[in-house]
Amino acid sequence: MVVFEKPHALTDVPLHYCPGCTHGIVHRLVAEVIDELGIEGKTIGIAPVGCSVMAYNYFNCDMIEAAHGRAPAVATGVKRANPENIVFTYQGDGDLASIGMAETVHSAARNENITIIFINNAIYGMTGGQMAPTSLPGQITQTSPYGRDTNHCGFPIKVCEMLAQVDGAQYLERVAVNNVKNVKNAKKAIKKAFQNQVEGKGFSLVEVISTCPTNWGLTPKKALEWVDEKMIPYYPLGVYKDNTAEKEAE
Amino acid sequence: MADKVLMKGNEAIAEAAIIAGCRHYFGYPITPQTEIAAYMAKRMPKIGGCFLQAESEIAAINMVYGVASTGLRVMTSSSSPGISLKGEGLSYLAGADLPSLVINVQRGGPGLGGIQPSQSDYFQATKAGGHGDFRMLVLAPSSVQEMADLTVKGFELADKYRMTSMILADGTMGQMMEPVSLEYDIKPMPEKPWATTGTKMEREHNIVNSLFLQPDALEKSNLERFDRYKYIEENEVMYEEYMMDDAEICIAAFGIAARVAKNAIVEARNKGIKVGMIRPITLWPFPTKAFEAAAEKAHTFISVELSMGQMLEDVKLATKCKGEYMLCSRVGGMIPSPEEVLAAIEKANGGAK
Repeated sequence: MVVFEKPHALTDVPLHYCPGCTHGIVHRLVAEVIDELGIEGKTIGIAPVGCSVMAYNYFNCDMIEAAHGRAPAVATGVKRANPENIVFTYQGDGDLASIGMAETVHSAARNENITIIFINNAIYGMTGGQMAPTSLPGQITQTSPYGRDTNHCGFPIKVCEMLAQVDGAQYLERVAVNNVKNVKNAKKAIKKAFQNQVEGKGFSLVEVISTCPTNWGLTPKKALEWVDEKMIPYYPLGVYKDNTAEKEAE
Repeated sequence: MADKVLMKGNEAIAEAAIIAGCRHYFGYPITPQTEIAAYMAKRMPKIGGCFLQAESEIAAINMVYGVASTGLRVMTSSSSPGISLKGEGLSYLAGADLPSLVINVQRGGPGLGGIQPSQSDYFQATKAGGHGDFRMLVLAPSSVQEMADLTVKGFELADKYRMTSMILADGTMGQMMEPVSLEYDIKPMPEKPWATTGTKMEREHNIVNSLFLQPDALEKSNLERFDRYKYIEENEVMYEEYMMDDAEICIAAFGIAARVAKNAIVEARNKGIKVGMIRPITLWPFPTKAFEAAAEKAHTFISVELSMGQMLEDVKLATKCKGEYMLCSRVGGMIPSPEEVLAAIEKANGGAK
């Protein structure tokens, strides 16, 4: 009896992520959702620049590697070319909330019928742990070695809260993957974000609070605890906007 | 004979693109090329196409990257400062071997510069469109008819070689009106088995990508691309020769500068001066062999350009610095007059007589 299988939407390529990094969990959730919705053959994924740059090797659907921050613009092109395709981007905090902020906000404003999976781990992982747009006040990183000083370099950006003000955005939810209950909720949110697109309901973004044990300087277990202790209080989980429910009621 | 219509250069580009099968256009407003966007905004919705005004030049070129990944014909247009912003995307398009058409209706620079015609993005277009080792096919129209013709040609070449074609026009070309014939025999696009349109669960996944973390793999991809470039240099050069048979003085000029130069050449010929012109239509690949051959007879080369000798460098390289060289240029939005070009020709001929 098979009790555990790899989703078909994931390739056999071993993931390159560090031990304890939650990218692997989120990749799996996205792949499970693609399997469950039966959309692998028409899905196009857009990988970012950052730790998940090589996501194009891990998903079995067609994949495109975008320039740093530009994934929502690339997704716009793909979706406008072939609206029958299911198009998702997978982006980190530096990619989506710093260099790609304009692309993020305007793809939401246009209500592009795409799905964005946004990994917020409050740090630049790939380049070795620099301060991210979502690094917490006081957080020590390579480029905020004395702790993020908000008087000097400003405040973290709360993406879901901000996009909730954009009329075009249809579904925004923040989830975490640091325990079983949260992983289950994350799966539900990711599934809804893809389902919305299948049903033509428009711009959906799921922010996943993730870990970076390597650059946080914590063990994998401590990193999961740090999510509860530090990240979630600053970035509360929940649904920030859901116009898709209204559409169902109409 | 085909019917002709009176059109602005910018509009001729837009209509020719539609005729060539382009159904996706992304752009950001900038003078002096905005007519292209305006034309597309009007036409695309009527023919099932997509015009989308992007939030920036950067977004526009990345939307192009997205459509190009699906294998469809796609274009963007801009003017000099906007092309600088597209540089990142141009490099990624090259790295991922994606076909696209990019229009640069040049204006004076550097910086915000001005809004009058210029050719000062020659270096950028032919040598440094963005970071990394790559080329673009650079096409230089000299009439409204060529604005249209080279747009069609640009799409065909882009698809054939999986790279970006750039139309390097200028504000004059974009704004002037001339009669144009828009009858084309559009060939079917080549097969694009690499396109990301969904696996349909029938094939391995396609990946559009420019990342190669292994240096030997990255080197290999560069070398393969340059094999293609070498083939293009041998097969796709386009230029016009004007009164070159007995020319002792050879003018090099493209775009609006070539039209001014033609007037001056006629005047000079009336005065008995043996002058002709090589007008590159492809700036890359540059008509090196034509200039090399001209150097057999011509003692002086005059580059007439709306820039500070950017093309002159290529003329010198092509002729191995064997001749005498002069630059006849105006910049900042100014255009050399036929009299100024004639004066340069007379000077090359041994001084005014």
